[in-house]
Amino acid sequence: MKAVVLLGFWVSPFGQRCQIALAEKGVEYEYREETVPRDKSPLLLESNPVYKKIPVLIHDGKPVCESLIIVQYIDEAWPDRAPLIPADPYARAQARFWADFVDKKVCESALNLLKLKGEAQEAAKEEFIENLRLLECELGDKKYFGGDAFGFVDIALVPLTSWFYSFGTYGGFSVEEAVPKLVAWSKLCLERESVANSLCDPLKVYEYAKKIFG
Amino acid sequence: MAETKELVLLNCWVSPYGMRCRIALAEKRVEYEHKEENVMEKSPLLLQSNPVHKKIPVLVHGGKPVCESLVIVQYVDEAWPDRAPLLPVDAYGRAQARFWADFVDKKIFECGTKLWKLKKEAQGEAKKEFTEGLKLLEDELGEKKYFGGDAFGFVDIALVPLMAWFRTYESFGSFSAETEAPKLVAWGKRCMERESVAMSLPDPAKVYELVCYIRKAFGLE
Repeated sequence: MKAVVLLGFWVSPFGQRCQIALAEKGVEYEYREETVPRDKSPLLLESNPVYKKIPVLIHDGKPVCESLIIVQYIDEAWPDRAPLIPADPYARAQARFWADFVDKKVCESALNLLKLKGEAQEAAKEEFIENLRLLECELGDKKYFGGDAFGFVDIALVPLTSWFYSFGTYGGFSVEEAVPKLVAWSKLCLERESVANSLCDPLKVYEYAKKIFG
Repeated sequence: MAETKELVLLNCWVSPYGMRCRIALAEKRVEYEHKEENVMEKSPLLLQSNPVHKKIPVLVHGGKPVCESLVIVQYVDEAWPDRAPLLPVDAYGRAQARFWADFVDKKIFECGTKLWKLKKEAQGEAKKEFTEGLKLLEDELGEKKYFGGDAFGFVDIALVPLMAWFRTYESFGSFSAETEAPKLVAWGKRCMERESVAMSLPDPAKVYELVCYIRKAFGLE
């Protein structure tokens, strides 16, 4: 086994966060595709006994779980290049806050938008759009969420953008119309090799979503 | 210098999340103003400082707000780096600490809240997840003095407010902490010997009293 192994699943935005972070740091690693939710490998079950989920980063045999924790670990384990989180404590707190917001609020409302039907779906859609608008506000006129440097919040959010087509189709709205600045930011991020190589084709994501959510 | 700026903690005495911040600030021996919020009538300062979630705790440092308790505790650790480190120095140790603190959020406090907010029939998986969570934490603690080893740290701070809430969860979840998690109960007592913890945790009987009142007021009985 190589020194750095990432257990992931091709369409998982959480796994993609880790792939982007490793690419930004120029770290060589072995990627292992897991078949989830069934047929999880013994290595996955042993490396993440608590949640039994991808992504898991295994560094010199030691597993790190939970994507935002993995990204912070990558930043701290390879501190000599491409800092992903600001140096100053207040800016770090802001970065953690917004990454947590993406996890708690954006992901949850997005999942509900895909899973639910009727009025409940409509409510989820409104909440989802509101959450994206809050992020757009936070981005403001900055190039990236971190300012001039691509960083933690960008990495937390950008994998969800290949799901924008799916969210829009399921919810019957245009993400670009709702949050044009955020869509522009996502296109800027896609110009980065780390992002372009890690994200999936939105149409393939939609095909996957149809299989899972109907 | 961090010390010369004004420091205010917007809090509510019963919140386990607020307790975490108080413990962290006490460990660092940082002076601050404690502002008790009435969560039914949130102050303009709270709404302005946490417009996204509108919740306590919020730490306002030199006018700049920090929200979400585990983010606040990490901020406190990094803003006062010269004393009482709350997270390990090495990257792997830090990742483990963050993992378990996040686990506490998901499996203990989120599930615990369901135990007292929902009627028994609606509690569903919450009790099972909660008691399983306690066992996993006990396994992780093992024979160590604290979750961080010899040094009291991030995971201890994340979890120890449970000591003020255990009685409430036990009552509405119908289980006994001493039976389900004796090692954690012992760890909790060790933590309570620390001044920072003893002064930050309220009397569990008062927490229970308040929750009973809330349940009656909201027709949850």
